[in-house]
This record gives sequence, structure tokens and C-alpha cells, in this order.
Amino acid sequence: METIQTDVAIIGAGGAGLRAAIALAQEAPNLRIALISKVYPMRSHTCAAEGGAAGVIKPDDSFDHHFHDTVGGGDWLCDQDAVEYFIHEAPKELMQLEHWGCPWNREADGSVAVRPFGGMKIQRTWFAADKSGFHILHALFQTSLQFPQIQRFDEYFATDLLVDDGRCQGLTAIEMRSGQMRRFNAKAVIIAGGGAGRMFPFNTNGAVNTGDGMAMAYRAGAPLKDMEFVQYHPTGLPNTGTLLTEACRAEGGVLLNKDNYRFLQDYGMGPETPKGKPVLKTMELGPRDRVSQAIWGEMQKGRAVKTDWGDCVWLDMRHLGEKKMDERLPFVRDICISYLGLDPVHEMIPIRPVMHYMMGGIHTDTKAATSLPGLFAAGECACVSINGANRLGSNSLVEILVFGHRAALSAASYAAGVKPGNEAALTTQAEANQSRLRELFMRSLGKETVAGLRKEMTDTMEEGAGIYRTQEGMDKSCKKLSELRRRYQDIALHDKTNVYNTDLLSALELGNMLDCAEALMTSGRERKESRGAHQRIDFKARDDVKYLKHSMAYFNGLETPRIDYRDVVVTKSQPGVRDYSGAKK
Amino acid sequence: MTENRMGARQVELEVLRYNPETDQEPKFQRYSVPCINEWCVLDALNYLKDNLDPTLAYRWSCHMQVCGSCGMMINGEPKLACKAMLRDYPGTIRIEPLAHFPIERDLVSVADDFIAKLKRVKPYIISDGKHTIEQGEYKQTPAQLKRYRQFAMCINCMLCYAACPEYGLQPKFIGPAAISLAHRYNLDSRDVGRDERQEEIATNEGVWECTFVGACSDVCPKHVDPAAALQQVKVASTVDWYLEHFMSWVKK
Repeated sequence: METIQTDVAIIGAGGAGLRAAIALAQEAPNLRIALISKVYPMRSHTCAAEGGAAGVIKPDDSFDHHFHDTVGGGDWLCDQDAVEYFIHEAPKELMQLEHWGCPWNREADGSVAVRPFGGMKIQRTWFAADKSGFHILHALFQTSLQFPQIQRFDEYFATDLLVDDGRCQGLTAIEMRSGQMRRFNAKAVIIAGGGAGRMFPFNTNGAVNTGDGMAMAYRAGAPLKDMEFVQYHPTGLPNTGTLLTEACRAEGGVLLNKDNYRFLQDYGMGPETPKGKPVLKTMELGPRDRVSQAIWGEMQKGRAVKTDWGDCVWLDMRHLGEKKMDERLPFVRDICISYLGLDPVHEMIPIRPVMHYMMGGIHTDTKAATSLPGLFAAGECACVSINGANRLGSNSLVEILVFGHRAALSAASYAAGVKPGNEAALTTQAEANQSRLRELFMRSLGKETVAGLRKEMTDTMEEGAGIYRTQEGMDKSCKKLSELRRRYQDIALHDKTNVYNTDLLSALELGNMLDCAEALMTSGRERKESRGAHQRIDFKARDDVKYLKHSMAYFNGLETPRIDYRDVVVTKSQPGVRDYSGAKK
Repeated sequence: MTENRMGARQVELEVLRYNPETDQEPKFQRYSVPCINEWCVLDALNYLKDNLDPTLAYRWSCHMQVCGSCGMMINGEPKLACKAMLRDYPGTIRIEPLAHFPIERDLVSVADDFIAKLKRVKPYIISDGKHTIEQGEYKQTPAQLKRYRQFAMCINCMLCYAACPEYGLQPKFIGPAAISLAHRYNLDSRDVGRDERQEEIATNEGVWECTFVGACSDVCPKHVDPAAALQQVKVASTVDWYLEHFMSWVKK
């Protein structure tokens, strides 16, 4: 097997991976960097983020405001030391992107403009129209091209980490063009592999978001933290699940039920605010968990709009006018016309909540280090706990920058003290990974198919881990996932060739998703309270005595994962009431 | 509100197949795919892969016209499969990999040449180093932003290369997307790298290879208008030439 020698290997070349690579190239210029991704960097899902990125910059804002918005928004499950670090680094990172050419929207005087976002007390979201993630990703990718130390391995599918002597020392990956397995020897590895939204049938995520990074770390012994916290974005297109950014509401769009009534006022987010003049932190600018839960409530009460795609509510943006729509939300307009045939300038858009983001992920400390020495993680695949039980919109685009950068610094300093590994042990492991792959190729076709198992998985995820959950539902889904993981052992390939074999890659992705899915469902089943995005019909209240804790899921082979708990770091904000009513303001 | 959008329709696809390990040459394979009227071509391919033939290879990810993965020839035109709506294709749909690129497998093109060209035009801010992060943002007015913004919209989908007759004839041509990207940075008020980039793009392999057919702009799914970028670069480099020669004449 061909072996590539590097110092730091980065898995994933989206926002977090690229930020880490650039930080290493600039701040540890003598290190060799291998940037490994199953897609070309600009295909990564960072490109699909629309609304913007939060960072304190305006004179009326303060770090304290950003801190409290984030911690309260996360229903106090955030680690407050991580949040503190995050909010202070946020403006620096966004400013750095400005210097790297990100086309942020501007005020008349040429300074960076900000827009309001859900759950935020002060406007602090930097934005590039409604393509903020796209511009961030391309600015990072293009900036990275000037550094010869960054060696890219585009379309390499990472399969497993190499762990020996209790530390991570590299990985194996399939070069998709040849189908050959390659081994990367690295002093440190950073996982920046993105989310796992494809576990769910109705989601905003790209095909790439299959939790590969999470699953790899999990199988190598690093625990997955707070996996039960799944963000449903309130405004997805009802047929395709395509995201319509929260900026639709921040710019003045309103949500209506079938009676054209702004129902959010019935769910603790009133009183009604003037149409087209959104008020921060209330009504349509409530946090995502609460708004999605309110839409679910309308569906239960029979006040939803019946459509061919199921129950929806209306997103009305007609009053914004064509000029504002084209200046602030041009992409949203294009998408609505393309996929629904409806122009939001003239028509109301039916929407429904859609699985969007994983608050949970690979447990890291505030330095982006996982519990496995030599392994670091950043971005959606990681859980450094700034998002808690519910992420605020526009914090994740900053998280990839802040913690991508932090992971790079940690990996560089770790790499400096690493002794050479046991070559023979690493070779044995790499060869075992290759044998497993060969075995998958050799297996003759049975009755299990990738598409079939995937369908059963996504169905049971929706049933068990929707917006509202029950013990019975989650128990049933746990059982189902356990069964699917066993049946997965019999999966076989139709395609036995080497070049760009997507039948093989889909099978590996399915395995990764099943691992993440079981960690998610088991963590959820054990959390007998309602907090943020984890809402239980049978345990309606938050229980800070028992569950002001992070769930930690440990891989346990084909058996159910072991769940443990870890204290939440509380520094200056004691758990309180999340108040999104506008009355007192 | 949904007139016949949910109706079913059997769609005939002719898909170019090629596996370098097993095939002498590419050939078309026919599939009959049960589709919903409101689907795009990508949905039809995904149905096909999941239900009819798991061996078909193609790239895709976002399904929202922004990741640039799913460029392919659809009835002879370069399109994003996620933007090509079945409602616009009443008959048999012929699907091939992007023209002008080698085929890696089935609908997957070899992108190496394009990726190398992107890097070659130095698509990043080259600053004069005087303005530090601590000093805050560069002031850039909405008017200054507007000068280059359109050219920053490129999603690197490579449709313009598949449409460009010059690139088909002369693969050394740097091509529409990479030149537009260079132009985007040249127009950015924060940048001072124009001279360095001109060495790459104001050359025979650069803009002077372009014969202004304009096909690139016709097929661009993001309205970047690369043809306009190429024309602007041509005009600017002509002005450069005259300035250089005229100024040296004046100095004599």
C-alpha cells in the first residue's frame, strides 16, 4: 500500500478544514499538510449556508450580549468557557475573512453591514447577500491556493483512523480515481468532516453529509457528545427540503397558518410585531427550536396549510418588494421559482421544518482536542459545546473558522512533540482496513441493498428523533437501528470495479450514518427531559438536577453504545428561563 | 396551486456509460425511470441509482445549485442536473459527461485541468500589506463591491468550459471561469495584484484565445457573464499596451 508521509492530516476540506490548513501554513510553515476530502473543496456543504456569520463589531453590541444570546439560546447546555473563547475570536476571524476578500455586504460608508438573526438581542450577523457560506468557502479555498505546503488530496475517501500506542497516527483513505487504498502517516489528525444530516429523510444537507468524520472518531474510541440535539430549521421547501434562510424572516418575512394568522404569538413568542418590521428576539426572530416546535403545534391543532407535500405553514415575504428581495435574498427567490414554481415576490411560500444541523458531534475541549491524543476536530462534526441544546443561526459559520483555526494550533504544537510510531503495528492496521474492504468486494449479493437499508434508517430516524419525541418511539427506533447495523454486515456491492465506485462509497457512508444514528437515538432515549431541540412529550420540563450534563456515547461494536455523562461548564450564567416574548422589551 | 406538478411520468433516459476498466469505448444505456413531474434531472438519476442500477457514477451534493458538482450535458447542453427541470424536457433525455473534458467514469469528468487553471490565475487578495487586521476592515463602498460581485458568483461548475468552442479546440486556453475569477480580484478595491495576474491572463493562452462566441455566458447558471469579464480584460490590457508604449514615446 502506498504510504504518504505528512505532519498534519486534515480530513474534510470545507470551511473548518480549509481554515485549519491555512492556519497551519501560516503559523507553522515548516509542517507538511495533507488536506484530504471526498469532494473538491468548493463542493463541501459550507457552500450551502445562506444567512451569515455572527461576530461583535458594532458599537451598540457587546461580548456579553453575544455570550448570553448563545448560552440562553442553547438552553444552558453550552460550555461557557468555550462560548467565551468563541465570541472573542469571532470578530477577528470574520475580519480576517474580510482581508481575504470575502464580499461582505456593506454600509454606505464602506464598513461591514450586519443583519438581525433569530435569538439575537442585537444585530450582529455579517452577511454576503444570502450566499454567505458560499462566499466564505470560496474565499478560503482560493486563499489556500497560495500555500505550497498544503498538499490536497481531492476525492480521497477517508475510511479509518490509525491508532496505536493510545494515540492517533494517521488514516487510510481510498483514492477514488483508482480505487486504491492509501495510507497517511501523520503526527496529528484533524477531523473536519461536517455533519450527518443524511441520516434523516427530509433534510437540508448535501449528499456528502454522512457523518464520516464522526463515525471514524467514534469507532476509534473518541466519544460522541450530545448527539440527540438535532436542529430542525423552520423554513424548508416542502418538497425538496431546500433551506430558505432565517434571513427571510430577519428581513421581514412572516409565518402564517391556514387562517393567515401569525401563530408564533400563541407559543410564548408574542405579542405580534408590525409586519415587515421585525423585532429582535421575538416572533419570527425567535430561536429555531421554538419556531419549529410552534409549527409542529399548528400541525397538531389542524391549523396547518394542506399541500401536496403534506402539512405546511406559509412564509409570506410579498411585502418586502422586488428590490429588497433581489438585493438581500436573490438566491431564495431563485430556489423558490426553480423547485416550487412560486415567486416569493408575488406569492406566499409553503414551508415546513426540516432537519438541518447536528449540535452534537465528536467531543472536544476548548482547544479542539478530542479525548484521543493526536486527534483534533472542528466544525459540525465536532462538539466543543458552543451550541448546547440549540444552535443560534449564524454561529456555525463562525464556529468553523474559530475552531478550525484552534485545531490547527493545537495540532501543530502536539505534532512538535511526537515521537515516531511503531511502523509494524501501523502497517498491520492499515492492511486490516484494506482486507475489510476486500471482504466487502468479495461478498456475494444477498437481499440487503444500500438503498433499502438507507430507506429503513431514514424512516426510523424521523419516527424516533423528530421535533417531539417519546420513550416508546425512541426505544422502537433504537431496536430498529440495532437490527439495521446487524443486517448491514451482510450488505454486498453490485459494482465490483475500482474507478470512482460510488456503490462502494455509498455503502461505506451508510455504515457511518448507522453508527452515528445509533449514538444519537441511544443518547436521546436516555435523556428524560426536554431541553432545546430535544423535546419529549413524556418529560416536558427541563431537569437541571439530572441533566445539566452532556451525553457521551461510546462505541461498543455491534452492541448498543455505552452512554455516560459529563458536567456542563458553567461560569457566569446560571440556567434560567428562555424568554422570547416581546412584551417586556 | 400544484397543477399536475405531482403527476407521475415515465421518463426515458439515455445515459452515457464508460468504465475504463471494462469498456473499450463509451456507449449509451437506456433506462425508463418513473418520475414525478416536479423533479429535476438529478432526482431522476438518484432514483435510477437507488432502484435500477447502482453502478452508475456521477457527482452531486447540494441539490440547490450552489456546490457545482452535477454539471453534465443534457440533450447536448451543459447544465446543472439539479437545475434542469423535467418539465422542460418532454421527450427522451440524453445525458453525457461535460464536453471537452476526459471521462473518468460514466458522467464523472476529469477536472484536473480546470483545477490547475484556477490556481494559476492567483485567485486571492494580493495586498500591499499596509492594512492590518487590528486596523479593522478595508472600507469598501457598495459601489466598489458591485464592481466585482457578479464575477465572485462563480460556483466552478465548469459548464462554461464545456460550452466554449475555443477550449474544445485549444485546451491550453485558461478559459472563462478562471479568467473571470482573476478579473474578480483585479476589480476588488482591496487588491494590488493585477500586474501579476495579467502575466497569466493577458496572453495568448489567456483572453486573446477567446473569439467572443459568448457561449460561456449563455450557459452560466449563476449569471456570472464570463464573456463580459473576458472582454473587459481585453480592453484593459489593450489600454495597458497603449499606455506603456505611448508613455515611453512621450518620455523620449
